[in-house]
Amino acid sequence: MASENMTVEEVHKHIRVYLTVFAALAVLTVVTVGVAYIHMPIIPALIVALIIASIKAGLVAGYFMHLIGEKKIIHGTLLLTFAFFVAMVALFLFAYYDQAQVGV
Amino acid sequence: MATTASHETSHGHHEESFWRKYVFSTDHKVIGIQYGLTSLVFLFFGFTLIMLMRWQLAYPGEPIPIFGFLFGEETMPGGVMLPEFYNQLGAMHGTIMVFLGIVPLAVGAFGNYVVPLQIGAPDMAFPKLNMASYWVFFCGGVVMLASFWFPGGAAKAGWTSYPPLANIETTGQTMWLIGMTFLITSSLLGAVNFLTTIIQLRAPGMTYWRMSFFCWSQFVTSFLLLLAFPPLQAAGILQLMDRVGGTSFFMPTGLVVSGQALDIAGGGSPLLWQHLFWFLAHPEVYVLILPALGIVADIIANNTRKPLWGFKSMVYALIFLGFMSFIVWAHHMFITGMGTAISTFFQLTTMIISIPSVIILSALFISLWGGAIRFTTPMLFALGFLPMFGIGGLTGLPLGLAPPDIHLHDTYYVIGHFHYVVAPGTIIAMFAGIYYWFPKMTGRKMNDTLAKIHFWGTIICMNLIFMPMFIQGMAGVSRRLWDAGAQYTFAEPTLHWNVTMSHAAWLMGIIQFIFIWNLFYSIKKGEKVSDNPWEATTLEWSATTSPPLGHGNFEVVPTVYRDAYEYSVPGSSKDFTPQNEPGEKESVREEA
Amino acid sequence: MEIPYTTTARPDTGLYNAKIGIWLFLASEVMLFGGLFSAYIFLRIGAPEWPGTILGENFASSFDVLSVPIGTFNTMVLIASSVTVVMAWAQLMLKDFKKFRYYMGLTILLAMVFLVVKGFEYNDKFVHGYFPAEGTFLAVYFTLTGLHGLHVLGGVVVMAYLWGPGAKMWETNPQQFTNRVEVAGLYWHFVDLVWIFLFPTIYLL
Repeated sequence: MASENMTVEEVHKHIRVYLTVFAALAVLTVVTVGVAYIHMPIIPALIVALIIASIKAGLVAGYFMHLIGEKKIIHGTLLLTFAFFVAMVALFLFAYYDQAQVGV
Repeated sequence: MATTASHETSHGHHEESFWRKYVFSTDHKVIGIQYGLTSLVFLFFGFTLIMLMRWQLAYPGEPIPIFGFLFGEETMPGGVMLPEFYNQLGAMHGTIMVFLGIVPLAVGAFGNYVVPLQIGAPDMAFPKLNMASYWVFFCGGVVMLASFWFPGGAAKAGWTSYPPLANIETTGQTMWLIGMTFLITSSLLGAVNFLTTIIQLRAPGMTYWRMSFFCWSQFVTSFLLLLAFPPLQAAGILQLMDRVGGTSFFMPTGLVVSGQALDIAGGGSPLLWQHLFWFLAHPEVYVLILPALGIVADIIANNTRKPLWGFKSMVYALIFLGFMSFIVWAHHMFITGMGTAISTFFQLTTMIISIPSVIILSALFISLWGGAIRFTTPMLFALGFLPMFGIGGLTGLPLGLAPPDIHLHDTYYVIGHFHYVVAPGTIIAMFAGIYYWFPKMTGRKMNDTLAKIHFWGTIICMNLIFMPMFIQGMAGVSRRLWDAGAQYTFAEPTLHWNVTMSHAAWLMGIIQFIFIWNLFYSIKKGEKVSDNPWEATTLEWSATTSPPLGHGNFEVVPTVYRDAYEYSVPGSSKDFTPQNEPGEKESVREEA
Repeated sequence: MEIPYTTTARPDTGLYNAKIGIWLFLASEVMLFGGLFSAYIFLRIGAPEWPGTILGENFASSFDVLSVPIGTFNTMVLIASSVTVVMAWAQLMLKDFKKFRYYMGLTILLAMVFLVVKGFEYNDKFVHGYFPAEGTFLAVYFTLTGLHGLHVLGGVVVMAYLWGPGAKMWETNPQQFTNRVEVAGLYWHFVDLVWIFLFPTIYLL
C-alpha cells in the first residue's frame, strides 16, 4: 500500500470497505457460533469452523492489513512462513499417527 | 531511528558521554564488539566447564588438584566431582557454547560489525533495537550464570532439557527456561534487524547478487533465527507452565518417579517437547555453520586472488540448505519408536540436505585450484576449516540413517560428529574472522607468529580431543556417563583414550592464552596497517577510511559497480578491483 | 547520520523500514502461535476424551466448561477494535488528527473491555477451583488465551503511547507518525487474527 500518496477519495473508498468487512466479520462470527450449537461430530465441525475462521482471517489480513496489493517481498516472507507452519503441523501429525500404528 | 546531528562523531569534536559511546551505544560497530567480547568470555567459560569434566573422565573419582578445592562441599566434597555437578556442567557447557558463545559471536558480533559495512549502510535499520538485542542477550547470560548459585545448582537435564526429567529437576531448570526466553527474544530482535537492513539499506548498485557470500550467509541465517526460534519459545512457555503452573503438557498419565506416582493430571506427551525442540535445534545447527561458511568464503576469495568458483550455485545451495533445515529435525528422534514411514521421510530429507553442504564445500575447494594462494593468518584458519568441516559433515551421514543411528545414538560418536562441525569447524572459522577483520576494527594487525602457534596448537589439540570420540562411540560408550563408562566391560578397551583427550583439552586451554594475549597486545601495539591491508574488494575495506570509523561508517555513500569478488580481472592493472570502483568493464550479472 | 527509508519508501522494495520490520516480526509470531497450536493439536488427538474429567466431573463438550456467549462477545469486541484502529489510521491519511484521537481512544477502550471480560472469565474459573493444573484442557485454555492476553496488553501499551505522548510527533513529522500508527495497527490486526482462530478451536470444538 503506497500510503504516502492516497487521495481523499481513495481513503473514503477504503473506509467503506472497512465497514463492509466489519459487517461480514460480525455475521461470520454469529454463523460460526450458530453452527457450533448444532453439535456436529468433531471432523465436520472442525472443517466448518476452520473454513469460517480462515475466511475471517483472510478478510482481516486482506483488507485491514492491506495484504491485497502489498509488495511482493512481504507476500514472499509470509508464504515462506506459512509453508513452514504447514510443514510443522503436517509432520507432527504424520509422526503421531505413524507412531500410533506401531502401537508404542 | 531518532538520529540527530550530534551523532556525527566522524568529524568534529562533539563527544558523547562514555556510557552512550561504549555501553549503551546504538552504533552497530560498538555493539558488534560488545557481542564479540561477551561471547568470547562465554566461550572460554563454557570451555572451562568441559576442562573440569575432562578431569573426571580421565581420572574418575580422583580429586581435582588445586582447582577442585575451590568449590564447595555441595559440588566437590574433597575435590571429587559429584555426579549431580557433572550433569550441571554438561548441560551448561552445551547451552553456553551454543546459545551464549557461538551464535552471538557468529551473528551478533560478525554480522553486526560487518554486514552494514559490506552492503554500504550507515548503520543497522533499527539501531535502538540493536542495542536492546545486545542487552537482552546479556541479561539472558547473567540469568544462566546465576543459576549455578540456586539451590540444587544449574540445569542438569542436558542442553536439550528433555521432559519429564527437566520438569521434575531443581530450580536451575526454571532459570534455564527464563534465560532461554531472554536469548530467544534477543535473537528475534537481531533477526528482524538484519533482514530489514539487508533488504532496505543496500547502497546504490548493491544488488542481491553483488552481495558477498558472507552477507548472503547472514541473510539466510537470520531467516532461520526468525522462523525456527519461536516454536522453541512456545515449547519453553509450555515447560515453564509445567514447572511453575503445575500443568502436564509434557507429563504422561501415570508417571512414576523413584517408585512414587506423581500427583499430576497427566495427559501430556514428552515427545511433543522433542518435536518442538528439534524444530528449532536443527535449523540452529545451520545457524552455527552458515556464518562460518560465509567468513571462510570471503577469506578464500581474498587470499586466492580469484573470484569464488560457482558463486551463484553456492548461493542457491545456501538458500536450499536453509529451507531444507526445517524439515529434517526428527533424525534426532529415530530411537523414540518412530514409525517406519515417517522415519523414511526424515532419512530422505537428511540425505538430501547433505547435497547443498557438499556443493558449498566443493566450490570452496575448487576455488583454491590454480590460485596464487597467500598463506596469511586468516587464510591458514580458513584452510584448516575446510577438512575439519568435511570430517564433521561426512561422519554425520551414518547418523542420518536410522539403522546405524540406533547403534550410535547418544554415544561419543555423536559428540565427535557435531564437535567436528562446530569446534574445529565453526570456531576455527570464527578465529579466521577475528584475524581477518581485526585491522578493520583497530587499524592494526595481530601478530603473525603468535597466530601461527595458536593455529597449529589449536587444530592439533582439537583433533586429539575429538578423533578418539569416534572410536569410543563406535564401541558403544554412552555420552552421558559420569565415570566415562568404567562400569561396562565393552567400554574398557577404549577408556585409555580419555587421558590423551583430557590432556589435549587442557593444553588447548593454555594455548588460548596466546590468542588472548595477542588480541589485547595488538590493540595497542600491533603493526599499523593501511585502510585495505588485505587488498580486498568488498566495501568494508575499499570504501571506508581507516579506523576508528565514526557512527555512520562512510564519509560518502558508496556506489557499487561490480560483483563482490573481482580479483585478478584480466586487463586490470592491479589484481583486485573494489566493488565501488567505476570502470568500463562493469560486471553484467543479472538480478534474479 | 541519517538512516535511509525510515519515513519514505525505498523505491525498489516500495516499503519503509518499519513496515518490513513489523511483517518479519509478525512472521515470527505466526511461528510462535503455530508452535502452540501444533502442541494443542498434538495433545488433543492423543487425549481419549475432550475436555474430559475436571475435578472428578466429566465434560463431553467445551461448551459446558467455557461460556460461549462471553467468548462471542469478546470476539465482537476485538473485531470492532480492529476496525477502529484501521479507521484511526485512515483519519490520519485525511489529516484529521481529532478524529484519529477519537478512534484510537476507542480502540484502547475496546482492548481494555476485552481484558476486563477475560479477567472475569478467569476469575470465574479460579473460584470453582479450575486451575491450569487440573487437566490438559484447562492447561491449553489458560496458556493460549493467557499468552494472547499478554499480546493484547502489549498492544494497549503501544497504542496508549501513540494516543498520548507519542502523538506529539504529528506536529514534527506527520508522515512518520502515520507510519507508526500503521505499524501498530498491523500488530493489532494480528492479535485479532490469532483470536479468530483461538475462539472456535478452544470454545466451540
